[in-house]
Amino acid sequence: MIQGFSWLLLFQLVGELLVLGLDWPVPGPVAGMALLFLALLWRGGPGRRLAQTSSQLLQHLSLLFVPAGAGVVLYGALLAREGWSLALALVASTLLAMAVAALLLRVLLRRSRRGSEEG
Amino acid sequence: MLERATLVWQHLAGSTLLWLALTLLAYQFGVWLQRRLRGHALANPVLVAVALLSALLLLSGTSYASYMNGAGLIHFLLGPATVALAIPLHANWPRLKSMAGPLLLVLLVASLVAVVSAWGLGAWLGAGPESRISLAIKSITTPIAMAVTERLGGLPALTAVLVIVTGIVGGLCAEALYRWLRIDDDAVRGFALGLAAHGLGTARAFQFSEQAGAFAALGMGLNGLLTSFALPWLLPWLERLLAR
Repeated sequence: MIQGFSWLLLFQLVGELLVLGLDWPVPGPVAGMALLFLALLWRGGPGRRLAQTSSQLLQHLSLLFVPAGAGVVLYGALLAREGWSLALALVASTLLAMAVAALLLRVLLRRSRRGSEEG
Repeated sequence: MLERATLVWQHLAGSTLLWLALTLLAYQFGVWLQRRLRGHALANPVLVAVALLSALLLLSGTSYASYMNGAGLIHFLLGPATVALAIPLHANWPRLKSMAGPLLLVLLVASLVAVVSAWGLGAWLGAGPESRISLAIKSITTPIAMAVTERLGGLPALTAVLVIVTGIVGGLCAEALYRWLRIDDDAVRGFALGLAAHGLGTARAFQFSEQAGAFAALGMGLNGLLTSFALPWLLPWLERLLAR
């Protein structure tokens, strides 16, 4: 647990330093993810402890969003004014984006599969 | 007696322990409720926990800043969890690589749809300029979204809320939407969820299968990168269009 967690924090730290040093608009953890991914490609896979810690952390991923979500208490007035328009725009747009992504990807994959069968 | 109770409350309310414990308990309660209601969609643990905690904060008159004093520890774990996504990504790399072309094309189209539809609908329904920034960026993961909002001059905490709600909506509706559209490939289900509903969509995709989770992580990561680069350029252009 501790060993796996240390690796994750180390990559996050290096990602953070890289982003700050090069003044990229990407957040540190995302750079850290990319770096860890490259390291895994190079090494051929994660060690047992790192794999274990990561899967434990990812199992409870949705819990980690709760504190940010509770920030809703800061916007009582704004939500009373614009809450319905925000909710409607948000729900419609999320469903639309998901449907477009899923349908388009299905079409493209079918086409590329058919292409590879013929070719 | 009452004085003593007030003292205890003042001590606890300012401590890390109380709100950290309450956040975990509220989430556990949400998980328990979801199981009791046999996975009913509205008994989403995040939704339940956020509702409970917001009510507690408002009723006890606790500021969000002192809440984050404790719950910030959980919030912090988003960082290492994001890094950890590299592992399922690596495990599914051969399949991801074989689909690189279609995935990138879908990324470009769906990312644009997510930004423009949310911004446009918001503008049409009368959302203010700050809300429009937060709406446009709602589909990407919390840490990136908050950083980009700051650059654009919006309200980072409002963005965080809209991002979370987007994730909850995506997670809630995914199964029904996919059944209706007859999407059964876990790669497709995962990628679309991660792209449109970021980390919470990814969390939901891991419940479909590990493969769906890996594709969701990829969709989330790629959309986070694309939107954080493209939005600072795209949004001023959209706003100019509106001003005309």
